[in-house]
Amino acid sequence: MQYIPNILFIIALVAGIGYFTLNIRKVIRNIKLGQKVDASDHTSERWANVFRIALGQSKMTVRPISGFLHIIVYVGFIIINIEVLEIIIDGIFGTHRIFSSLGSFYGFLIGSFEILALLVLVSVIVFWIRRNIIKIRRFWKSEMKGWPKSDGNIILYFEMVLMILFLVMNATDVSFQEMNNGNVVSKYVASMFSGTPEGTLHIIERAAWWLHILGILAFLNYLYFSKHLHIMLAFPNVYFGKVVPKGKFKNLESVTNEVKMMMDPNIDPFAAPAEGATEAPSKFGASDVMDLSRIQLLNAYTCTECGRCTDECPANNTGKKLSPRKIMMDTRDRLEEVGKNIDKNGEFKDDGKQLLDDYITREELWACTTCNACVEACPVSIDPLSIIMEMRQYLVMEQSAAPAELNVAMTNIENNGAPWPYNQMDRLNWKDEK
Amino acid sequence: MTEQIKVPTMAEYAAQGKQPEVLFFVGCAGSFDDRAKKITKAFVKLLNKANIDFAVLGTEEGCNGDPAKRAGNEFLFQMQAMTNIEVLNGYGIKRIVTTCPHCFNTLKNEYPELGGNYEVMHHTQFLKSLLKEGRLKVEGGKFKGKKITFHDPCYLGRANNEYEAPRELLEKLEMELVEMKRNKKRGMCCGAGGAQMFKEPEAGDQDVNVLRTEQALETSSEIIATGCPFCMVMMTDGVKAKNAEDNVQVMDVAEMIASAEDL
Repeated sequence: MQYIPNILFIIALVAGIGYFTLNIRKVIRNIKLGQKVDASDHTSERWANVFRIALGQSKMTVRPISGFLHIIVYVGFIIINIEVLEIIIDGIFGTHRIFSSLGSFYGFLIGSFEILALLVLVSVIVFWIRRNIIKIRRFWKSEMKGWPKSDGNIILYFEMVLMILFLVMNATDVSFQEMNNGNVVSKYVASMFSGTPEGTLHIIERAAWWLHILGILAFLNYLYFSKHLHIMLAFPNVYFGKVVPKGKFKNLESVTNEVKMMMDPNIDPFAAPAEGATEAPSKFGASDVMDLSRIQLLNAYTCTECGRCTDECPANNTGKKLSPRKIMMDTRDRLEEVGKNIDKNGEFKDDGKQLLDDYITREELWACTTCNACVEACPVSIDPLSIIMEMRQYLVMEQSAAPAELNVAMTNIENNGAPWPYNQMDRLNWKDEK
Repeated sequence: MTEQIKVPTMAEYAAQGKQPEVLFFVGCAGSFDDRAKKITKAFVKLLNKANIDFAVLGTEEGCNGDPAKRAGNEFLFQMQAMTNIEVLNGYGIKRIVTTCPHCFNTLKNEYPELGGNYEVMHHTQFLKSLLKEGRLKVEGGKFKGKKITFHDPCYLGRANNEYEAPRELLEKLEMELVEMKRNKKRGMCCGAGGAQMFKEPEAGDQDVNVLRTEQALETSSEIIATGCPFCMVMMTDGVKAKNAEDNVQVMDVAEMIASAEDL
């Protein structure tokens, strides 16, 4: 009978990690629905970005208040998780604070955890106030209604509860308090329990201990269903982020081949394609998630809906429907829908829907000024602009559905080499004009 | 202003079997837009003054393709690009300077994959290098002490990380540079990029250029400086929309230097 807690613990641990693994494999499968991309270039620059932007949080601090608070939560999250290691060992083997034999070093570790836990708790409460009381504009945009709004708050509640449980667990641990080694914060919490009989304290301590670890496992499994996957995906996402100048847009090689053929007077237009020649792609640009690249789909799963992109977007700033954050949220929602379709049918069965029109409207796509403000603003190197561009390519090259004025400009470029209807032969007239 | 500007073409250079030091890619706005033509001429005056051996393509130049590409028409973009590359490579061009950040960005970043490899500079970078080499001198003159704000063109700033060249030139004019809240990396677009210049904006509660102009007016500068013919159009329209054209001028950095030198 005495092994029942150990067995229960192991079951919870295996179930928690198992279910999470299952869902992460789904994320990976869904990302692989996208087009392959070669990202074997710029290796050292990519790693430098991971260290600077992801680990170093360099872009978070562009906005000092939220950046500073985020660093506390981020550092707290990583450091306090060392404590989870002890909890897991204790849980499996039925020990109690197995690392406490480390003596004063243990006190140092637990002391740091406790201080961080308190700081995280305060930061998360400030985050909640910013979202719900101060109502910072970017958290109240139209795409943040319903689930995205609740999701943001649920994550904060999870973190608050986990930090409180950690401190209560330490405060009600009689032997730990008697050791007086590292209980820098919990001793004040413990004073709130003064007069409580030791038996009750023990029950509270056990309850907090169990709820803490079960809460961590629940939070782990919540990630897949929320915008919070960024705590893991931010790192690979930054690695795969854009490493060429932001102004350099992707070259469509399939188009290059056709244009070269058009411009080469020696080519035989009726010649059979050479053996092994790459076939023209089934379509130009993107109308659904499968047309996007794996990096763009990873971008969608990584987005944590902070809205810094939308807050900097000139179109959004002036009341247009475009919101780069919504582009990412729509891409993820559609990808999830496609994933569920595959879960159900074994393979993707046409559901009569696509990313274009059913999620992202043309009005949004045409409002973009390609200014790269969203790309610059993203703290984890997401590129909403590339998705907008590929969907425009689909509209123009597959559907000839550009706005009428743009068609005029493009016809002008084609006919007289300028977007306006001026004769190319007049191009140097300015020289002699007064 | 009586002095005739000298604008040799590549065809003339090639006929003499010579290569210019640099090719000036004028661009569509610089060739056809009335306001932008003034920027083109101001820059040419500076090139003339510094005795720069340069040439233009003239009637052999065509749109670089930026608006087509950003509108999603990759076919048209690549046709424009390859036509230009054929001309440029035919003349053996190595260095290019442009007064338009869109030409600059496309030639610098998007032509290499299509076979066009050149050293491409924005005119503010080129003027800065002339200053450094002592080939051009800039003094404050009539701009000395005046308040100015600089609007970063997206395709010079964020797209290519060049924020300092135009500012260093303004510093040489001994002006008081007052930054807008949104500047450099976080500078706000004028609203013309991504082929927006050639279409009506989507429905919203304000035009992008008006909002950006409001931000510029908040600095209470006498001059809004920029380095892009499209930003020029947008900001000029914005200033008019705010009825501020009597107090505030929109100028290209090259125009300011030329004007300070009484060219």
